[in-house]
Amino acid sequence: MQDLKKVDDIAKKYAEMNTPLIYILKDVQKEFGYLSQPILTQVAQVTDIPLSEIYGVATFYSLFTTKPKGKHIVRCCNNAPCFVNGSKEVLEKIKEYLGIDTGETTEDALFTLEFTSCLGLCAVAPVMMVDDEVYGNLTPEKAVAILKDYKMKGSSNA
Amino acid sequence: MANINLTIDGIPVSVPQGTTVLEAAEKVNIKIPRLCYHPDLPPVSACRLCVVDIKGDRLLRTACSWKCQDGMEVSTRTPHVRDARKMALELLLSRHPMLCTECVRNGSCELQEIANQFGIREISFKYNERKGDKDYSSAAVVRDPSKCILCRRCVQTCELVQSVSAIGMEGRGYDVWVDTPFNEGLNDIACVACGQCIDRCPVGALYENSHINQVWVALDDPKKHVIVQTAPAVRVAIGEEFGMPPGGLVTNQMVAALRRIGFDKVFDTDFTADLTIMEEGHELLGRIKEGGTLPLLTSCSPGWVNFIEHFYPSLLPHVSSCKSPQQMFGALAKTYYAEKEGINPEDIYVVSIMPCTAKKQEAGRSEMSSSGYQDVDAVLTTREAAVMMKQVGIELPQLDDDEYDEPLGISTGAGVIFGATGGVMEAALRTVYEVVTEKKLENVDIKVVRGIQGIREAEIDLNGTKVKAAVAHGLANARELMDKIVKGEADYHFIEIMACPGGCLGGGGQPIPTSEEIRKKRAEAIYKADKGLSMRKSHENPAVLQLYKEFLGEPNSHKAHELLHTHYKGKEIYKHKVA
Ligand code: FES
Ligand code: FES
Repeated sequence: MQDLKKVDDIAKKYAEMNTPLIYILKDVQKEFGYLSQPILTQVAQVTDIPLSEIYGVATFYSLFTTKPKGKHIVRCCNNAPCFVNGSKEVLEKIKEYLGIDTGETTEDALFTLEFTSCLGLCAVAPVMMVDDEVYGNLTPEKAVAILKDYKMKGSSNA
Repeated sequence: MANINLTIDGIPVSVPQGTTVLEAAEKVNIKIPRLCYHPDLPPVSACRLCVVDIKGDRLLRTACSWKCQDGMEVSTRTPHVRDARKMALELLLSRHPMLCTECVRNGSCELQEIANQFGIREISFKYNERKGDKDYSSAAVVRDPSKCILCRRCVQTCELVQSVSAIGMEGRGYDVWVDTPFNEGLNDIACVACGQCIDRCPVGALYENSHINQVWVALDDPKKHVIVQTAPAVRVAIGEEFGMPPGGLVTNQMVAALRRIGFDKVFDTDFTADLTIMEEGHELLGRIKEGGTLPLLTSCSPGWVNFIEHFYPSLLPHVSSCKSPQQMFGALAKTYYAEKEGINPEDIYVVSIMPCTAKKQEAGRSEMSSSGYQDVDAVLTTREAAVMMKQVGIELPQLDDDEYDEPLGISTGAGVIFGATGGVMEAALRTVYEVVTEKKLENVDIKVVRGIQGIREAEIDLNGTKVKAAVAHGLANARELMDKIVKGEADYHFIEIMACPGGCLGGGGQPIPTSEEIRKKRAEAIYKADKGLSMRKSHENPAVLQLYKEFLGEPNSHKAHELLHTHYKGKEIYKHKVA
C-alpha cells in the first residue's frame, strides 16, 4: 500500500497557488511513479477538484501516466515533421524489436513505449526520447541499436 | 446600449451587444447547423458545423461563439463554408456507427437530422470505431461511448448545471473521449442519475435503462393486476412525442391511451403528491413547534436525494423523512388499495410513468419496500411511455378524453404543480397556511415561489410566525444553498429542491429537446392545469381524507411512518477513498 499521506504533503506545498493541479500531479508522479486511481482519488479529496477533471488532466498530458511503467520510457514523436522524415518506419521497427504496441510495457518491465507530440527538435527529425535523453536523425536500425544499449545496461545492473 | 447592425446573407439584422452570429441568424430565420451548441450551455465550439464566412476575415468563424460586430457582413453559404461544414460532418460520421435503425434516438437524433439536411449519401472517410464498452451499471442511465460525437454537452451539463462532474473529457487530440474517471461504472461513482446528460445528448450515446419489456411482460400476464401512476409533469410533455407543440396539456388523452395499452387501473401520482403535502406539511409544523432540525429540505426528487447523500451527508437530518410521491403511491397500492379491492399484493404490479430517470434507481432502493413488497415495480420515462403507445398504434392526439380511476386517481391542483419548480413549496404553503391560521387562503396563487430564477425566496406570515422559504432547481443552485446552510448563513424554515432545471417538467426522462423556452411552456401548462381544477389544496382532497379515516389515522401517524417515511444514509463520492 502506498503512503497516501505524501499526497497531502505535496498538495499542501501548493496550497497558495490558484491552479496547482499540474504541479501536484508532477510531484505525485515523481513520488509514486504513476498516477493510480487511489492516488488521484486522494488528490481529489485534498484539493476538492472533481476526480473527472483531474483524470482529464492526467490523461491529456503524455508525460503523465495512469498506469505503471517500465524502467525506461521510450517516446516516439508522431507529429508531422517527424512523420515525413520516416518516424513511422522507426516506430514499426521499435515495436517489432520490443514486441509491444504503443502504450504498453515489455514483460521484463524494462521498456514502456509511448507517443509524444513535437519535441521542438524537428531539425533532427525523426526523434525519440528515452527517459530524459533525446535521439535525433533516427533510422529504424539506429533506434534499435540505441535500445539494445539500454537493454545491455539494464541487464548488467540487475 | 445601442444595437449592433450587421447583415447575414445580405439580410440586415439588428441585435444587442454580445449576441452571437448563430443567435442573430435565428432572428432572420437562418438556422445555422450546430451539434455542440445547446441553448442551456455556454458554447465550446467543438464540432465546427456552424462555421460562417465573415467579410474581411481570413478564417471561418464558429457562429455559436462568435460575437456580432457593427457593420459585419456574414455569409452562411459560400462554397468555403459549405465545404468546411460538410468535411466536419463527414469526419464526425466517419467515427459514428450509423446503426440508426436500432438506436433509441432514431428520429430524434441531431446528427441524423443534420446528415439528412446536408444530403449526405456517402462518406469519404473510412469508418474508424470509437472504442468503449456500454455501461449498464446504473439503474437509470446507460452510456454507449461508441456513439459519442464528443460535443461535450453531457460533460458541461454534469459540471455546470448539476455541479456533479461525474464524467469528463479524457485524453486529447484524435483520441479524446468522454468517460468517468478510470472508466468506472456510473453506479460506482457519484452519478446522481438525474439524466440531464441524456436530455443534452444530440445522439444515442446516453439513454435511459429501459423498462418497456418488463412492463409488457406484466401486462401480458393474466395473473397480474397491473396499475399505473402518472407523474404531474408527464401530462404537459408527452404530447411533444407525438408532434404537438410544447405546453400541450393532454391529461385525459394520456389516461385514455394508458387504458388502451391495457393497464387495469390508471391512477395519478398527484394523489400521493397531495398526501406528501399532508405528511411533509405536518412534519414541518412539528419541527417548527418542537425545535427540530431546520431548514427542512424536501425529499421528492431522487436525483437531489442522491446528491445530498454523496456531497452533503452531514445535512441529511434536514431532509424530510417523507418518501417521494412515487414511492408513497407504490406503498399504498400494495396495502391500502390491495385490502380495499381484495387483491393479493403479490399480484399487484405497479408501473410509474415519470419525467425522470432517477426514479428508476429510486424504485430499486432497499429502503423502498417497508410493506414487505417493493413499492414500485417498473418505471417508464415519458419517452418510454410514448414508445409503448406507438408500439400498439396509439395516436395520442386523436384519442377522446378519459378519466382517472378512483380512489388513487383523485387529486387537486396542489398535486399538479409538484411538476414545476416551486410547486411543492406553493402546495405546502397553501395547506400549512390554512391548518395553522384556520383561515381561508384568499389568493391560492402564491406567485413569489414560481418562476425560472435558480434560487428564489419567500416569506409568509402564519399567525405571527414568519416562515422563511427558499426554492432551488438544478443541483448547482442546490449546492449554493447547501453551502449557505453549512456556513450557518441560512435562516430558512423550509427549502424545496428539485434536481432538474425547471423541476420535474425539465426532467431527464422528458421528451428531447428541452430548453428554457420549452420548460417555460410546460410550466404554463402546469399552472393552467392547476387553475382548471375545482380543488386546489391538498387538505381538501376527499380521497386523501378518506385514506386517513379508513387506513392511516392521521398525518405522521405510526402507520404513516412505517409506510410513507424513510431515512437516507450518506454515500462516498469516490470509491477509492482512503479513510
Ligand atoms: S515533429 Fe517531431 S520533434 Fe517536431
Ligand atoms: S455548434 Fe458551433 S462549433 Fe459546434
